[in-house]
Parts: sequence; structure tokens; C-alpha cells
Amino acid sequence: MSELLQFLFSGVTVGAVYALVALGFTIIYNASDVVNFAQGEFVMLGGMITFAAHAAGLPLPLAAISAIVLTAALGVAMNKLAIEPARGAPVVSLIIITIGASIFIQGAAQIAFGKQIHSYPAFSGDTPIRVAGATILPQSLWVIGGAVAVFIALWLFFTRTLLGRAVLATSNNRLAAQLVGINTNFVMTLSFALSAGIGALAGVLATPITLTAYNVGIAFALKGFAGAMLGGMGNPKGALVGGFAIGLIEALTAGYLSSTYKDAAAFVVILAVLFFMPQGLFGRKSTDRV
Amino acid sequence: MKTTTALATLMMLGLTTPALAEIRIGASISATGPAAFLGDPQVKTLEMLVEELNANGGINGETLRLIHYDDGGDPNKARTFATRLIEDDEVVAIIGGTTTGATMSILSVAEDAEIPFISLAGAIEIIDPVRPFTFKTPHTDRMACQKIFEDIQARGFSNVAMISGTDGFGASMQAQCKEVIGDYGLTLVADESYNPTDADMTAQLTKIRNTADVEALVNPGFGQGPAIVTRNYAQLGLDIPFYQSHGVASNGFIELAGADAAEGVRLPGTALLVADILPDDDPQKEIALAYKTAFEDKTGTPVSTFGGYAHDAFLILTDAIGRAGSAEPQAIRDAIEATEGLVGTTGTYTFSPEDHLGLDLSAFRMLEIRNGTWTLVE
Repeated sequence: MSELLQFLFSGVTVGAVYALVALGFTIIYNASDVVNFAQGEFVMLGGMITFAAHAAGLPLPLAAISAIVLTAALGVAMNKLAIEPARGAPVVSLIIITIGASIFIQGAAQIAFGKQIHSYPAFSGDTPIRVAGATILPQSLWVIGGAVAVFIALWLFFTRTLLGRAVLATSNNRLAAQLVGINTNFVMTLSFALSAGIGALAGVLATPITLTAYNVGIAFALKGFAGAMLGGMGNPKGALVGGFAIGLIEALTAGYLSSTYKDAAAFVVILAVLFFMPQGLFGRKSTDRV
Repeated sequence: MKTTTALATLMMLGLTTPALAEIRIGASISATGPAAFLGDPQVKTLEMLVEELNANGGINGETLRLIHYDDGGDPNKARTFATRLIEDDEVVAIIGGTTTGATMSILSVAEDAEIPFISLAGAIEIIDPVRPFTFKTPHTDRMACQKIFEDIQARGFSNVAMISGTDGFGASMQAQCKEVIGDYGLTLVADESYNPTDADMTAQLTKIRNTADVEALVNPGFGQGPAIVTRNYAQLGLDIPFYQSHGVASNGFIELAGADAAEGVRLPGTALLVADILPDDDPQKEIALAYKTAFEDKTGTPVSTFGGYAHDAFLILTDAIGRAGSAEPQAIRDAIEATEGLVGTTGTYTFSPEDHLGLDLSAFRMLEIRNGTWTLVE
């Protein structure tokens, strides 16, 4: 029993990190249908800037906030400098631009922060919490809490606010959105700022568990992307469920089968789901009017 | 600034003599890319040592020039750079090949051109079978396994569990450990693995904990993985003796894993890590301490075992050039092979026609982490 519980704890710890990264994909995707492959770099920057600011003497909460603000600003800069000038280009070209931005950010981080692996203290100490013979770190609760909080905020944003609906409208039909008075440039800028901020928050919360280095972004982006695809791209609920599902599948496979197959098992499940439900578990069905 | 102006003036007047005789050595190192962690201190070490050597008058009255390229850990680039070093830059010897993959590319080019090559990578395939022009400075993975198993055996344990990274380093060491474990009368009772980018290994460790009769845990791995395994080990409250590999032998590891979690962890490391606590009569104390001080003063970053490999390669090469009294590749090769009792930071090197690694198990020190710092296990 305690064994199963430990596997579940391991799964939700990892799953919460995937879910937080997956949530970051949703906003930009909803605004522009672009899968932002630089999302992992935002996560890396969140951790790296917090580390650097903390090492420079800032208290941890202040370092974390400055990391989120700086990364959000970088998201805006990326939209202004790389995405906006290519407006009108097909979505595939924009996705390739985000891959370029990702490589650029990684290179810059390597120069600015060095090639070492970094970390900073966990927010509520390292004493594991014991539940029925299994243990979980307090920092895992922070990550899980962060994922759930971001999910609720995004859900409210997209369903209850005018701005959120404006984002969805922009994605649906840019021209029509402009015609009804939506400032689509502003929507794009905002979505990049929010996505980068959420990515940075993921990095801030996860780094005490996962550690960080200039090149961790790709791994985060791939697993987060897989989570988002499994749940249904663009749907916050899907990102949350997809991220946790992958984490749990990995941990249970490692625990009961063999750790050799854990990555494979996760991908087999993703393939199976996408085969029967190409839109993912909670994806919106696309209907084209003719 | 003054010298530059003076030189520029001289050049304009056409008064400079043709370039002084210089010995050119080449390097292809992974200063960037996935192995940057290893290659970065290696490049810095070589640059520092060349500068130091030339300031002290060079070798045999000639200055040394280092031409180095960054192969990013990519074997194809390493091959291109090795060819360029030999054909265009006309170097007399090559140091480099941070990763085993890059090394294998360079060695085939160097062997064809008959240029001595000292590798900085771990795998045993580099020097087994022995190739005439290829040497290497780091211990092999197999030796790390042997050192760990020797210690486990000495403590009277017999059932061993392994949790290995699936990266090149972890996978290679895992395979080598499985090959030699029988020689020490030990049994492998659990064999788990993790992906180097994984964030949590408690599932694998729980499985190991529930395996009957596990007496010791070995973690072949490299980078952040072993630090996370160590934290999870503490989180689960495991208390079996825990061995890490030489892949994480740096102060950074203690910092990342946390001093509390890393308490009691043992690993095979080099003299460099414990330079300041070595007894005064230890032959390696002087050189290890000198390199450590020079490197840390110059770069402001803590010294690493990997930089030490480059230090020793440079030492072996310059010692050989000095003894050969010539900078002909063939003469250098012969002099390297005749190296005897040369004390480096990694160990004491004695090469022979049958042995191009030149180290034995005594080069490894069994270290234990106590109160956030390294101690020697006697």
C-alpha cells in the first residue's frame, strides 16, 4: 500500500511539473495556433534568473518575482522582434521561428549564466512529509498547488473575461476579430507575456526539485508538449490532466514494470489516445463551415 | 598597449624577424554542447597552462602554440577539426576528445596521419586494443566499478543494487560494472535506470528498497541525475551504503544534492578533489594543490576532475616533447610511451607499449562526504 502511494507521489510530483509547462503552451496556441517551442526556455529562464538573483543577494520571493517579470518582458520582446515582423506567414513558419528563438535563448543563457547546474533552497524546507509510509517533499506541494492555481486562473480567463474571449476570437479568425474591434496586436503581445510568465513560474517552482541548467528547456518543452497534446492542445483542463497523466504513467511503469520502459509506456499511451481521439482528451473539435 | 604600438611600428618598418620557431599543438574539445560541463574547464586549463609555460620560456627554447576548436561533443565536427588541425594547422600532437564519441573520430584521423593523440574521454575502447598513437588520461569506467566493488567487498556486503542514468556515461558504466561484479563475489539484485532529465526517481528507489537483501546501492551517472537520486534517497530515508561514480566528483555535486542528503555518500575520486587534506608525504599533493590554486585564481570557478584530465594530458605531452628534444610526431609518440612515474593530478602515469592509459586502481581514492565536504576513506 505504501508502495503504491509512493509511486503515486512520485507521479504527481513529476506530473505537476509537466502540467505547469503544458499550461504555458495553451495561451499562445489559443491566440495564434502557434505551438511555441521556446516555452521550455521560459521555464529554464524562470529557474536561472531566480538562481542568479538569489545568489546576488535578493530574498527568494523577490528573486522569483523578478524572474517572472523579466521572462514575461522577454516574451513580449520575442513577439515584437521575431513573431510580429513575420505576420502573415503560415503557422508552420511561425513555429520554426519559435524553434530559432529557443536556440537563441539557450545560447544567450549559456553565456550569461554559465554551463553549470544550479539550484536554490526549497520554499518550505527539505523535510519530507510522511503519509502512511510514503513521503513527499513540501516543494512538490508547491508545484502541484501552482499547477492547479494557474489552471483555475486560465479557465476563468478564457471563459469569464472579455479579454480571454478576445484571445480565442483572435485565434479563430484574425480578420473578423479586428473587424469587431479587437486589438489583435495587443492580444498577441499579451498572450506572449502571459505564456512566458507562466513558463517562468513553472521554472521558479520546479527548480528546487528538478535543478536547472542552460539546456534543460528542451526536455521540459517536450514533456509539456506531450502533456498538452494528450489533453488537447489549447484547453487548460487538458493540459492539467495530460501533464499529470504522463507523470503517473511514468512512475507506475517504473515502479511495477521496469524503469527501462517508462518513457516508452508514456508515449505508447499518448499514441493510443491520439489514434482514437486526434484532438486529445479535451480538445475542441474543429468544424469548418463551407 | 605600449608593446602593441611598438610591435605595430616595427611591423610597419618591416623590421620584424620571421616568426620565432614554435611548437604547435592542437585541441578539439567540447567547450559547448551537451558535454560543455566537462569541456569548459578543459579549454580553460589548456589555455592557462600554455600561457604559464610560455611565460617560463617554453620547451627546449621554443614557444608553444595551442590551436583549439570547439567540437560541441559532435563526432562529425571532431573529425573535421582533427583533419584541419593536422593538414592546415600542421600540429605535432592533439589533445582532446572530451566525449568518447568525439575521441573515436579524432583517433582514426590521428592514427592515419601518425600524429600522437591524448584523449580526455573515459571509455576503455579508446586504449583497448592499444593503438600506436593514441593515449588517454582519465581512468576507465571499469576501474571506477572495480574500486567501488572492492570497497563494498571490504565492508563485507554481497548484494548490490544499481540505478543508472540512460545517458552515454551511465549506460557505459552500468555495462562495465555488470561485467566485473562477479570478480568480487557480489550479486546484482536490482538494476534500475532513469532518464538524465527526470525530475524524480523515488519510484525506482522504492522498488529497490522493497527488493529483499539489498546491502549497497551504486549510481553510475552524470550531471543532475545523481544529485536528484541522492535527494530522493534521503527523502525515502534509505540507509544502505550509497556509492556515486567519479562522474559527479565535484563540489558542485554536494551543493546540488544538499549536504544533509549527501552525508555518507562514497565515490571513487581523484587526488585533485581532496588536494588540501592529502597527507604531506603524498606524491600527488604538490601538483594537485598547485593546479587547484592556479585554476581557481585564474577562473574564479572551482577546479574539476575533468579539467584535471586536460592538465595531465598537457603535462604528459610537454614532458615527452622535453625528453624527446624534438618536436617530430614520431619522436613525441616514442617519448610518451616511455613515460615513467610521471605524477599528475589524476594519478601517476607509467606508459608501456601494452598500456596506453598508464594508471592503476591506486589512482582512485575512495572518498566519503562528511559534513558537506570530502574525506578520505582509509
